[in-house]
Amino acid sequence: MDHAEHHEEHPMIGYGTYISVWLALLILTSLTVAIAGFDLGQYTTAVAMLVAVVKTTLVGLYFMHLRYEPKVFHYMILVTFLIMVVIVIFTFIDDYRFSYLNHEVQAEVHH
Amino acid sequence: MAQTAAELSYTPYHRETSAFSGIFSWIFSTDHKRIGILYMISVLTMFIGGLCLGLLIRLELIAPGATVIDAPTYNAVFTLHGVIMIFLFIIPGIPAIFGNFIMPLQIGAEDVAFPRLNLLSWWLYISGAALLIIALFTGDKLPDTGWTFYAPYSTATEGNISLAVFAAFVLGFSSILTGLNFITTIHRLRAPGMTWFRMPLFCWGLYATAWIQVLATPVVGITLLLVILERGFGVGVFDPAIGGDPVLYQHLFWIYSHPAVYIMILPGMGVISDLLPAFTKRTIFGYKAIAFSTVSIAVVGYMVWGHHMFTSGMSGTAQIVFSFLTFLVAIPTGIKIFNWIASLYKGSIELRAPMLYTLSFIFLFSIGGLTGLVLGALATDMHVHDTYFVVGHFHYVMFGGLGIALFGAMHYWFPKMFGKMYNEAVAVVAWALIFVGFNVLYFPMFILGWNGMPRRYYDYLPEFQYWHVVSTIGSWILALGIFMMLFNLIRGITSGEKAEDNPWGASTLEWTVPSPPPLLNFLEPPHVTHGAYDFEAMNKGKKDSKKKKKGKK
Repeated sequence: MDHAEHHEEHPMIGYGTYISVWLALLILTSLTVAIAGFDLGQYTTAVAMLVAVVKTTLVGLYFMHLRYEPKVFHYMILVTFLIMVVIVIFTFIDDYRFSYLNHEVQAEVHH
Repeated sequence: MAQTAAELSYTPYHRETSAFSGIFSWIFSTDHKRIGILYMISVLTMFIGGLCLGLLIRLELIAPGATVIDAPTYNAVFTLHGVIMIFLFIIPGIPAIFGNFIMPLQIGAEDVAFPRLNLLSWWLYISGAALLIIALFTGDKLPDTGWTFYAPYSTATEGNISLAVFAAFVLGFSSILTGLNFITTIHRLRAPGMTWFRMPLFCWGLYATAWIQVLATPVVGITLLLVILERGFGVGVFDPAIGGDPVLYQHLFWIYSHPAVYIMILPGMGVISDLLPAFTKRTIFGYKAIAFSTVSIAVVGYMVWGHHMFTSGMSGTAQIVFSFLTFLVAIPTGIKIFNWIASLYKGSIELRAPMLYTLSFIFLFSIGGLTGLVLGALATDMHVHDTYFVVGHFHYVMFGGLGIALFGAMHYWFPKMFGKMYNEAVAVVAWALIFVGFNVLYFPMFILGWNGMPRRYYDYLPEFQYWHVVSTIGSWILALGIFMMLFNLIRGITSGEKAEDNPWGASTLEWTVPSPPPLLNFLEPPHVTHGAYDFEAMNKGKKDSKKKKKGKK
C-alpha cells in the first residue's frame, strides 16, 4: 500500500531539529512562569492556554512526527481537537454560570 | 459443490497447533478468531451473572415492602446489575466478540492490525472483571451507588467504591485498545479492491464505534481517578463540602457515558444492516445514507450528554441547547430505520431465526428511540425524570437494541464460527419467548413511570403493584427464552449438523472462506470487485468461476 511505503520513506530528522524544538519548549515554559508574575486580569488563563497550545503543536509536529505523516493523520488529530474544544466549552459555559450563581447566593448569605 | 485440493486439506483455526497446548493455546493466542471466542465466553458469562441479578431485582419488586432481600442488599444488587451489564456486557459485547471474529474476515484481512494488543485487551477485560469481583468480597460494604457512581455520594459512602471504580478504569483501557486496533485495521488492512464504500455496514458501525471508544473513554478514566483521589486524599473536586462541584462530576461522567451508549448501539445497527440483505436477498436500501448516518450519530452523540442532567440544576441556556441537540440524533437514527424498512421492499424475505431478531430489533429499538424523545424534551422530562419510564426506555434501547442484535448475530455467524448448525425450530421458539417476555417485562415500566413510580426504589405504594407483578412475570418468560437460546446454541456446538460455507446465501466476504475459517482466514488472497451487498455480481462471479473450472477440466 502506498501509505506503508510513504511511512518508511520519511526523511531523517537531525538532532539539530530536535534540540531546537526542545529549547523552544524550555523558553516557552519560562515564558509561562514569567507571565504568571504579571496581573493580566481576565486574560491570565487565555495567555497561559495560548502558550500551551503552541507547545502542544510543537510536540505534535516534531516529536510525534505529525509533520512528516500523511494528511489523514492531520485530519484525525484535528477532529479530536475540535471535539475536545466543544466538550470543554459546553462544560464550562454551564460551570461558570454555576460559580456565578454560587457567588450570588453566598453574597446574599453574607448580607 | 466441487472443492479444490486446498479447501479439502485446510486446518480450521481451532485445530491449529501452536507453541502452547490446551487452554493456554487459547488464552495466549493472538489469533483474532480465538480472541473473539474468548470474549464470547467471558462476556456471556458476565451476562448470565447480570441476568440473575436482574431476576433478583424483579423478584424483590413483586410486592411492596421486603420480600426476598433487605434494602441495603437491594441497592447493591441494582448497582452490580448495572455495572456488570454496562461495563462487562454491552460495551464490549458486539465489538469485542463479533468485531474481533468477523471484521477482519469481512474486509479480507489475515488478522487485526495489532494482534498482541488485541490479546492484551482481553487480559485487561479479565483483570477488570476480576477486580470488580474482588471489590464485592472485600471491604465493609458492597458498592451501592448505582452504576453511575454519582458524586458526592460515591466519594463519601463506606461502600468499596475505590476498587469498583478502578475496575471500571481498567475496563476502559481494554475498550480503548480494541478501538485503536479496529481503526488501524480498517484503515490499513482492507484487501485489494475493498474500498470504503464496498465495506459491509457492520464494519462502518465498528469504525464509528472505535472512534468513540478512543476519544470518549479517557474522559471517564480521568473522572474515575478523580473519584479515587477525592476518596483517598480528600482532594476537593466533586464534594462541595471541600470546595468541589457535584454537577461537574455529572458533566464529566456523561461526556463519556452518553457517547458510550453509541458504543453500545452502533455495532448493533451494523449487525442489522448486514443481516437484512442476507435474509431478503437484495441490496440494502441507501447504503451511503446508512454509512454516513452511522458517522453522524457518532459525532452528534458527543454533544448531547447534558440531557442526563436536565433536573440537576443545570443552567437554562445549557438545557435548551442540549435538548435541541438531542433531537438532532433522531434524524440519522430515523434515516437508518426508514432505510432498513425500505430494504424489505421486494426482497425475498426468509424468516429464519437471525431475521426474526433483526425485525424485533427494528420494532423494539423504534419504541426505545421514540420514548427517548419524550425524555429529551425538557417539559416531559421534568415529569418522568428518574422514574421507571427511564428504566423502560433504557432497556428498550439497550437490550431491545444491542441485546437483540447480539442474539441475532450469535445465530447468524454461528455456522461460520463453529462450522456447525443449531436447531432452527428451537431457535424460533426461544426467539418467541424472548420477544414476548421482553415486552411483558419492560413495557409495564413505561406505565409505572408515567404514573410516578420512581426508579431505584426498594419499596412502593400498593397502587403500583399490578404492573410490577406483570413485569416480574415477564422477567421469567424472558429468562426462560434466553436460557433456551443458549442451550440450543451450546447443543449446536457439541452435536449440531455440519454447516456449509455459506448456509444463508449471504454476499459478504466472510462467507467465501471455509467454516470454520483457517488460521489466516483466506486460502487465496481475496480480490474484491463489487460492493458488499451486490448479489447480482456475486452470483455472476460464481458462474464465471464454475465456467473456468469446467474449462480447465
